[in-house]
Amino acid sequence: MDLLTRARRPARSGLAARLHGPTPMVFLALLGLAAAGWALVALDGGQLLTMESVVGIQQRSAALGIVAIGQTLAILAGSLDLSVAYLISLASLVAAETMAGRDGNIGPAVAAVLVLSSLVGLVNGLVITRLRVHAFIATLGVALIIKGIVDHLYDGPAGKVPESFQLLGYSRAGPIPVSAMLWAGVAVAAWFLLSRTRLGYRIYAVGGDEEVARLSGIRTARVILITHVLCSVCAGIAGLLLAARLGAGAPTVGTDGGYDLESIAAVVLGGTALAGGKGGIAGTVGGVLLLAVLDTVFNQLEVDSFVKDVVRGTVIVVAVAVYARRGTRRPA
Amino acid sequence: MLSMRGIGKTFLGVRVLSGVDLDVAAGEVHAVVGENGAGKSTLMKIICGVHPPDEGTIEIDGRPVSFGHPLEARRSGIAIIYQEFNLLPERTVAENVFLGREPVRRGLVDRTAMEEATARLLDELGEDSFGPRDVVKRLSVTQQQIVEIVKALSVNARLVVMDEPSAALAEHEVESLYRLIGRLRERGVAVVYISHRLREVFDLADRVTVLKDGSRVTTLPIGEVDPDELIRLMVGRDLGAYFPPRSAGAGEVRLRLRAAGNHKLRDIDLELSAGEIVGIAGLRGSGRSELAKAIFGAEPFTTGEMIPSRPRSVREGVAMGIGLVTEDRKAEGLALHQSVRDNVLLVARAVGAGNRDGVRDLLERVRLSPARQQQQVRYLSGGNQQKVVLVKWMTMAPRVLLFDEPTRGIDVGAKAAIHDLMRELANDGMAIMMISSELPELIGMSDRVVVLRDGRIAGTLPAGASEEAVMRLAAGEVA
Amino acid sequence: MRRALPILAVLAVLLTAMAVANPFFLEPAGFLAFLKRAAPLVILAAGQYFVIVAGEFDLSVGSLVTAEVVIAARLIDGDESATWPVLALLIVVGLLVGLVNGVVTTKLRVPSFIVTLGMLLILSGAIFLWTGGAPRGALSEGFRVFGRGGLGPLPWSVLILLAVGGAVIWLMRADFGRILMATGDNERAAELSGVRVDRVKIFAFMLSGLSAAVTAILLGGFAGVSAQVGQGLEFSAITAVVLGGVVLGGGRGSVPAAMAGAVTLETLFTLLNLYGISGALEFTVQGVIIIAAVAAGAVRLPRKSTPRRGDAHAAS
Repeated sequence: MDLLTRARRPARSGLAARLHGPTPMVFLALLGLAAAGWALVALDGGQLLTMESVVGIQQRSAALGIVAIGQTLAILAGSLDLSVAYLISLASLVAAETMAGRDGNIGPAVAAVLVLSSLVGLVNGLVITRLRVHAFIATLGVALIIKGIVDHLYDGPAGKVPESFQLLGYSRAGPIPVSAMLWAGVAVAAWFLLSRTRLGYRIYAVGGDEEVARLSGIRTARVILITHVLCSVCAGIAGLLLAARLGAGAPTVGTDGGYDLESIAAVVLGGTALAGGKGGIAGTVGGVLLLAVLDTVFNQLEVDSFVKDVVRGTVIVVAVAVYARRGTRRPA
Repeated sequence: MLSMRGIGKTFLGVRVLSGVDLDVAAGEVHAVVGENGAGKSTLMKIICGVHPPDEGTIEIDGRPVSFGHPLEARRSGIAIIYQEFNLLPERTVAENVFLGREPVRRGLVDRTAMEEATARLLDELGEDSFGPRDVVKRLSVTQQQIVEIVKALSVNARLVVMDEPSAALAEHEVESLYRLIGRLRERGVAVVYISHRLREVFDLADRVTVLKDGSRVTTLPIGEVDPDELIRLMVGRDLGAYFPPRSAGAGEVRLRLRAAGNHKLRDIDLELSAGEIVGIAGLRGSGRSELAKAIFGAEPFTTGEMIPSRPRSVREGVAMGIGLVTEDRKAEGLALHQSVRDNVLLVARAVGAGNRDGVRDLLERVRLSPARQQQQVRYLSGGNQQKVVLVKWMTMAPRVLLFDEPTRGIDVGAKAAIHDLMRELANDGMAIMMISSELPELIGMSDRVVVLRDGRIAGTLPAGASEEAVMRLAAGEVA
Repeated sequence: MRRALPILAVLAVLLTAMAVANPFFLEPAGFLAFLKRAAPLVILAAGQYFVIVAGEFDLSVGSLVTAEVVIAARLIDGDESATWPVLALLIVVGLLVGLVNGVVTTKLRVPSFIVTLGMLLILSGAIFLWTGGAPRGALSEGFRVFGRGGLGPLPWSVLILLAVGGAVIWLMRADFGRILMATGDNERAAELSGVRVDRVKIFAFMLSGLSAAVTAILLGGFAGVSAQVGQGLEFSAITAVVLGGVVLGGGRGSVPAAMAGAVTLETLFTLLNLYGISGALEFTVQGVIIIAAVAAGAVRLPRKSTPRRGDAHAAS
């Protein structure tokens, strides 16, 4: 009995400490922002939480959300991926070109995108682990490589996505768009991976302290490799989603959305440490939603879109400053 | 159970080990001693599969093995507890214990099994101050060491290698380490114990193997050797007098504390005088390092008086002529990738003062070849690194120099050199305060021992006090 | 210096290839023209070096360069007499942005990757907000002369490059440079040695901002006013520094090597043009070479196998 009570005994940190962690904080901030935004928009004579805007928030979030989930995995393992934006563009092109407007090609197109993005992830991972190139430089280099290929082959939108696949981008069940469900699915899968599987535990270990992980018999290179493959696959899925929304592939869809730095910002906004080993999926979801609500509020208020960038930059820095303040009360 | 024969290892043309034999029996505590650079760490890493040996054979229970990875050694029942803990601060105790081999059920990590198994092992060790779900970063150093030991037990390790396990512990915590090792022995676990502290070797070990310059000198049952003999075997010479002679008497008072305190310290009354070495004793957590940092200005006093004045920052402390040789050389003392010269001149440059032309002379004075000025500090031995820290402060010609564990992790020969230097500096008129967890060193060096307990001064003892007297004050027993 | 060896070898090979492809390159005029083109990136890399060696990142320099050029064009608006006041203003703005980056990083303890990323968003947003999307106004001739003109046969930008090079090398040998290195290597040890760590780092960020201002002045004249003038420069600058063997994480690497890294990168760009590799594929080749060069530097002569924790990756 003693054993069990001890095993079940809540950690000393307790609930109170948990509420002060970054993840609940980002959701509190999300609620606060939604409330403030609602009030502001109401004063302006509009309504923030219409069916239309809620659907809009979800759709806006979906692509960034999926990329950010992948980015979370890479960052938790102590790495990061700057190549996602170009990969998204490439994936959208490959998908649309392979589909060429025919329903029968959807399967092969999806498979092609998944295989391609896995390969890119594999290259990222191999360059980092085998050639020992800093992730920042390695994924930047791969980003350039993809950019060159995309720019060389395409001048503008190409390929055609059949109607049935476009449903992925637009249809919804009640207030919930299919794309949001896809995002939710990816998020749940990643959460499950991190909290319930050995690989998840190892991702935290490698990001927390690579040397400790190695000495515990974890094949650290393999873990980093897998997170990069998963991260790239997430980018590939986002590319599919964007192709469905555009009805075609576009060489600038990834970079126009700023998915590389934006996804890193969302992850960090969600309280995941840039150095790795600390954080999780829930925070990232909160971070992405926060950015999307911010977007929606600005749209409703019809604020100049460039103000958004300014506010967004400020929000990210302030949020991380708050985490830093709470995280280290006083270094011993 | 473990038998190593003719082990040899060469790193980039430098022979680190040659022809070393080591036998360890089940239930035996086998100490491995030697000066730094004698090859202890390399031997240990070979046992644990971190490095493969270039020559020689390893047998476990009579079967030859060869490890390409620490994991393979662990599968053969060998676990290692490093000097610096290998724990993930952000994860829980159970997650750390089962790191890299989490139990799975239907493909998923079985948390309940993990936590229960951890709880059971904690129980067996009689540990109830923390549980399997506690996050490691909230645990004390001793508790973290227990987590390491639980980790070793959880793999059913039959051989546990401990590298300087007491280095991070205070005296009373060493006692619980003794108890733990006793429990391991009862379970028939073999322990390879590496330590600089001879007293622990004599307290714990059944046999001792002495390494010197990469070769085995001898292996003896502990009963057949005494401390002086062991040191002679390690160093290859008789060290004779352990400590330099004490000074004739104290000079003017350099620094006086009256009822000084901060978040960690209370009511500190202390005087440091020219020519005197004051030893500071106390258990871990009693506020020893905090006292040094408060005097130095890094974690300033907030109440009470300090004469001539109370520094509010490191720079004010330095301006007052105070220097601090920190406890952890690598984390707090040195910029390892910079040259000896850049490290030595760091303080002088930071405050825009100090003696920059005398670096050569100072290096010669501490017997560190001035030719090494451009060498990166990380390539120096622990003893030489400590000399670099010392010279860094000597450029400022401080009036008061504080030493926090000045000889931790330094081999016997270099220790004596550091001791001589400290006494020399005192004789030149510096006021010196020295913190040490090693009581023989503290008592041997100090003109006066001040004992701290729970952030207060528990008492002051004259030169030559007994270890027991110090311990009684530190632990707070009524004498 | 060991770490700088691979980059010098790569540079030598690239320079040779360039000389073979275009003999004009060996003539003083050809070489000077090349240096003139390279100067902005080399100066920017020198600024980035200070931040990286202090263990931080500065991602804001690209948008800062754009901002400076756009501000200059709008404020000068072709008016010669405004040249010098605006030049002074640009320097001040550069220093100020660096100051903000540094203060937020050190005082609020936000990772510089995030701070400067935020600054990037803020600057680019603010610029577009101010200009409404398309830069207006024009630079004066007196302004453009720094990027285009010269003193006799010597382009101003090359002279400025030499001055900046001399200054940064001197700075790194001076007390500040030594303290900066030690701080990047071990912040805690520096702090306990009396170093005002925050101030040192803030100064490094200000140097980076200053170099962005100088880069903007040269680029404004050389490349003209556009909203894309600084695009991607932050990555080029960081890449150049890393190519020079400077370690992300701080405390290791020399400033001449970082500048050599920038020259190498610029040589690479030029060479790709010379060999007629189409505009787009240039990026691909660039990516491959950057990875290859950094990998070659990482697989350095194994002196003593001391794998540093997280040397292979870890972002900040």
